Amino acid sequence: MYEIRIHSRGGQGGVTAAKLLALAAFRDGKHATACPFYGAERRGAPVVSFVRIDDEPIKVYSQIHEPDLVIVLDTSIMDVVDVLDGLKADGTVLLNSAHPVAGCNGTCRHVDLTGIALAQNLVVAGSPILNTPVLGALAKVGIVTLPSALQAIREMFSDERNVKAAEAAYEELKI
Amino acid sequence: MLTIATGNRAVADAVKAAKPGVIAAYPITPQTEIVEQIAEYVTAGDLDSRYIPVESEHSAMAACIGASVGGVRTFTATSSHGLLYMHEMVHWAAGARLPIVMANVNRALGPGWNTWAEHTDAFSQRDTGWLQVFVGTVQEAYDATLMAFKIAEDERVLLPVMVNLDGFTLSHITQSLDTVELGDFLPPFRLPHAIDTSNPLGYGPMTGPADYFRFRWDIERSMRDARGVITEVEREFAERFGRSYGPTEEYRCEDADVVVVAMGTLGKEAEVAIDRLRDEGVRAGSMRLRWFRPFPDLDLSGRDVVVIDRDYSFGFGGVVAHSLKSKTGIEPYSVIAGLGGQEVTYNDIADFVRNRHPGKEMWFGVSDHV
Repeated sequence: MYEIRIHSRGGQGGVTAAKLLALAAFRDGKHATACPFYGAERRGAPVVSFVRIDDEPIKVYSQIHEPDLVIVLDTSIMDVVDVLDGLKADGTVLLNSAHPVAGCNGTCRHVDLTGIALAQNLVVAGSPILNTPVLGALAKVGIVTLPSALQAIREMFSDERNVKAAEAAYEELKI
Repeated sequence: MLTIATGNRAVADAVKAAKPGVIAAYPITPQTEIVEQIAEYVTAGDLDSRYIPVESEHSAMAACIGASVGGVRTFTATSSHGLLYMHEMVHWAAGARLPIVMANVNRALGPGWNTWAEHTDAFSQRDTGWLQVFVGTVQEAYDATLMAFKIAEDERVLLPVMVNLDGFTLSHITQSLDTVELGDFLPPFRLPHAIDTSNPLGYGPMTGPADYFRFRWDIERSMRDARGVITEVEREFAERFGRSYGPTEEYRCEDADVVVVAMGTLGKEAEVAIDRLRDEGVRAGSMRLRWFRPFPDLDLSGRDVVVIDRDYSFGFGGVVAHSLKSKTGIEPYSVIAGLGGQEVTYNDIADFVRNRHPGKEMWFGVSDHV
């Protein structure tokens, strides 16, 4: 079982990113679950979402305490939340950042999802949309295939700019 | 059709397939997505139904009662404080023998204000005459909602059914969902005592002790008959759609020395704990209790039993532990866990089994064996 924890702020699309990722994994023929952890929901508060991917049906409902992959959609959260908590020794971190981030180890990868969203003018209520470009980055990391990632985006969103943003993130992320 | 959905969405899709004529509801976290989605289906013309946005849950159930007695299939959804706010009408729906189907997204009761999973809300309606089923997956939320209409509307039952799913843990989780072509699985709704304006009758008049007592016995008789109806409907569902359900879901129980009994998502998580324990050589199994009313017969003789209650009856004990004890004579190890959405992992459940003290009660993370 591959376990993913997504850190974001309320309103940044972390919950939708988890759903999209589960859908993409499902289109790859895997079993997948996405579960947001809801606190007192409010825009801007740090929130966590979980995704599990496996070849077998998934019966676990509890939170992910030892993730294989941590995704951080807003690196300012790293000042207040230990995003690396419980990360497996061979785990991976994917950061939304134009630059490497201090304090993150060699397993860290970064891609400027915010810049990609802004370049596509993917903005809702003043916030760049991060949940569709991150799918492209995850396809590059090898969590899902790119065709399934793009299919999942098309199933949930009609605006083709979301697909373009995902493709851009796939191209830009250095592996 | 195979897709992915949340537990709430699965309930809404089952309701769309069942085509109730009237839906009356009031939103409440974490149920809101159910009635929002249904309202969208009605607005878009995908569900030909009258959607009544009422001002309270009491009115939601009252509107369902009025519509149901008019001979129309009805549905509502609620949670926690909403369920308790409609409590008087919950009794009325069963007493009036109206096969209303309600989804209840299990949530703790305040204070302290808490929107997370707990079963106390449903258990507080235990003695109302409603059938209660608890589901453990998104697929089961869909399947159980469909079957609820057929069970409730069977003339041997004619009692309302509450479909319970854990708040957030199931209502908001995304899993795979296989929706079905219903065909003639659900026959047209026919209420034998529906209002007929060409044959005026009194509904809900003063009823003397003798008749009232008979009506109560009639509810219990139907509750007993419901066991057979549930089995018939679940069998037909399995034959038509390939997914089988029963009063309980047993996992690796055949040769088990110790069995974990739990409900809802904790009952599924327990299966993972069982696999871990088996790897250690512990002969453990799990039994997820699906139907709470009518309460099923349980065969657990000769085994240690660990009951996880996501509820509590103050001054008495865990509701499931004591129900099981009264039905089987077994003194279980009673674990109170997961109240107000407390995190309970498969490792924790495995620990409950390893450290069990039959006959004792333990509040997980709060107090030791007492």
